[in-house]
Amino acid sequence: MTEREIYSALTARFGEKILEFQDSETANPAAVVIPAVLGELMTYLKDSEDTLFDSLMCLSGNDPGAEEPLEVVYHLYSMMHAHHFTVKTRVPRENGHVPSVALLWRTADWHEREAYDMYGIVFDGHPDLKRILLEEDWEGHPLRKDYVAAETYRGMTIAKVKE
Amino acid sequence: MGSLTHKFNDNILITSLDKLINWARSGSEWYFQFGLACCAIEMMSTAAARHDLERFGAMPRSSPRQADIMIVAGTVTLKMATRVKRLYEQMAEPKYVISMGSCANSGGPYWQHGYHVLKGVDQIVPVDIYVPGCPPRPEALLEGLMHLQDKIREEHTLAKKAS
Amino acid sequence: MSRLHAEEMILNMGPQHPSTHGVLRLKLTTDGEIVSNIEPVIGYLHRCFEKHGENLEYQMVTPFTDRCDYLAAMNNAHAYAIAVEKLMGIELPERVEYLRVIFAELQRIASHLVAIGTFGLDVGAITPFIYCWRDRETILDLFEMASGARLLYNYIWIGGLAHDIPPGFVEKTYEFLDMFDARIAEYNQILTGNKIFIERTADVGVLPPEVAINYGVTGPSLRASGVDFDLRRKEPYSIYDRFDFKVIIGDGRMGTVGDCWDRYYVRMLEMAESARIVRQALDQLPADGDVKSAIPKRIRPPKGEIYFRYENPRGELGYYIVSNGKNIPTRVKMRSPAFSNLSVINEIGRGWMISDVIAILGSLDIVLGEIDR
Repeated sequence: MTEREIYSALTARFGEKILEFQDSETANPAAVVIPAVLGELMTYLKDSEDTLFDSLMCLSGNDPGAEEPLEVVYHLYSMMHAHHFTVKTRVPRENGHVPSVALLWRTADWHEREAYDMYGIVFDGHPDLKRILLEEDWEGHPLRKDYVAAETYRGMTIAKVKE
Repeated sequence: MGSLTHKFNDNILITSLDKLINWARSGSEWYFQFGLACCAIEMMSTAAARHDLERFGAMPRSSPRQADIMIVAGTVTLKMATRVKRLYEQMAEPKYVISMGSCANSGGPYWQHGYHVLKGVDQIVPVDIYVPGCPPRPEALLEGLMHLQDKIREEHTLAKKAS
Repeated sequence: MSRLHAEEMILNMGPQHPSTHGVLRLKLTTDGEIVSNIEPVIGYLHRCFEKHGENLEYQMVTPFTDRCDYLAAMNNAHAYAIAVEKLMGIELPERVEYLRVIFAELQRIASHLVAIGTFGLDVGAITPFIYCWRDRETILDLFEMASGARLLYNYIWIGGLAHDIPPGFVEKTYEFLDMFDARIAEYNQILTGNKIFIERTADVGVLPPEVAINYGVTGPSLRASGVDFDLRRKEPYSIYDRFDFKVIIGDGRMGTVGDCWDRYYVRMLEMAESARIVRQALDQLPADGDVKSAIPKRIRPPKGEIYFRYENPRGELGYYIVSNGKNIPTRVKMRSPAFSNLSVINEIGRGWMISDVIAILGSLDIVLGEIDR
C-alpha cells in the first residue's frame, strides 16, 4: 500500500483524530495525529492484515523551535508487505503525555525512555519510564532548544563557552 | 663510586637501590586497561600483533588492584567520572595516569556543546603523561609510555632528595 | 534439617569490565551462577552527538558521526552523506560512488574482524584476537593511504570525498583481497570448528525471529535468526544494485537457528561477501572523475526531512534529519543498530550462566559509542 492509501484507511477509521497528511517537503510521508488516539491507531497499524507494521524502525522526539509544541515521530515498516509509514504527534512543551507503544513493539521501550530523557515527554503506560542516558539526578532535558546546561554537576565543572 | 671502581670483575654490577627499583618498575608497567571509547581501539591495536605493547613489559590487567598505570583512553563523561575516581583510588601506590587522546586531555571535539562530557580527566585524577591525538597512533602511545619510563627512572623512592 | 534459605544476589558487571565491549553496566540478578534478570545501564559514553548535530553546520557533523560507531566510521559517514545528499538532491559522479562502496565494504570487513576477534577473546581464545587484528592492520594501512587516518577518517564528505585515492591504492587493495581469501580459511580452522568454541556458543542465547523483529534487532544478529533482511538488497542505496553478493542467513547447523554460533558464522561469511563486492567494485572502477566536483559550495538543504536507513556492520543505521532551510540542521537523530540489539539481552540472556551471558553479549556485537551517542 502507498502512504496515501494507508492515510485514507486511517481517516476512514479514526476520522477527525487524524489531523493532516504531510507529503511535501519530506521523503517519508507522514500522518499527524492527536496523542490520545495513538494506542488504538498503532494497534490497528500493527495488527491489520493490509498494513501489518511489525517493525518500528525509529521513534524520535523532536523540538522544532522554542515556541512550538514538541513532536514524537514514529517510522514504521512492514517486513511482510515491504511498505513504510510515518506517524507524528504533537504535545505541549510542558507536561506532554503520549500513550506508550512499548508493549506493542519492544524496541519502543528504550526509544521512549530516551525521548523522555532528552525532551521530558512522558509516555503513559510504559513499563519502566526512567532516564536512560543521563543519571537519575540530572536536571533538565538536554535536547530541548531552550535547554541551558548547568555550571557544575556533582562538583565537576561543565565548562561553558563564552560566545 | 670512587675507590670501588675497577676493583671487581666484569660480572658484578654496582648500582644504587633506587636505580634498581626504578629499572624494575619502568620495565614492567602493568597497565589498567581502561578503554572508554575510540582510543580504546587504538590501545588494543597497540597491544596487538603489529605494535606489541608487551615487549616493553606492559601487560594488560583488568583489575585496578593489580595495575600500576591507568591509561584513560577515551572520553570521560560525567556519569563515568565518579567511577574513574573510584577506580583510581583502588589502585595501589605507586600509580601513574596516562591521559590518552584529546577527549581525556581536555574534552576533545566535544568541548563546545558537550554538556555531559568532562573537559579533561585531570579534573578528577592527577595525570602524569598526556598523549595527544584523536585517536593517537599506537606509536604515539608507545612514546607516551617511553616518557613515563623516563619519568619513573628519575624517582627517588628510598633516598629522599629534593627533586 | 530445615531448608537453607537462599537469596538472589545482584551482581554488577561493569562499567569497567574487560568483556563488556566498552562502558556498559549490566545489573545481573543471579541465583548462584544462573542469571534470572539482566538490566543494562547505559549512558556512560553519552557524548551529546545529537546536540552537536543541532549546533554545527552539516559538514561539521561528519567527524562526529565517525566517532559514534568508531569501528565502522566509514559506514557512519557514508550513511550521513547519503541522507543529506538525498535531502539536497545531489547527483554523484560514478567514481565517487564506487570508491565509497570500496571503503564501506573494507570497513565492514574491519569491523567484523574486531567483532570476531573480541568474541573469541570473550569466550577465552586469544589467538583469533591476534590474527584478526593483524589483518585489520592491513586494512587500516589502506585507509591511511587514502585519508591519512587509521581509525576516524572524516573522509566521506557530503557530495564527494575528501581526497582522491593515491596511486598504488588499487594494487595494494587487490593484494589485500588475494591474501584475505586464504585468511578466512585460517579463521575457520582455529575458531569455527573448534570443539570448545562450539560447546560454548551453539544453542546458547537463541533469538527467535519474531522476538528479534519486535525488539528492533537488525543486521547480522537478525539474519542469524533466519530472517532474510539486508538493506543493501531490500532498499538498495548508492550503487549496491550493481553488485553480485549473497545475503548470509543463519541455518542452525551447529545447534539452533539464532544461537551465538550462528551470529558468529554469519559475520564470518559476510566478510567473504564484502571482499567479493570490493573486488567487483575495483574491477568496475571508472578511471577518471573528480571526487570533489559534486561537493556544494554551501550546504543548505531545502526545508524538509528524511529518514534514511543504511546497512551498518551492526544493523540498520538510520538518520532522521530535519532541515528548516538553514545551514545548521534542526534535528539529526541517529537510530543506532546496537541500541536496539542490546535491548534484547534480557530476553535471550535470562536463565543462562554468567559466562554464557558474556558469550551472548559478545555475539550481539555492540559498540557503546553508538548506543550512547
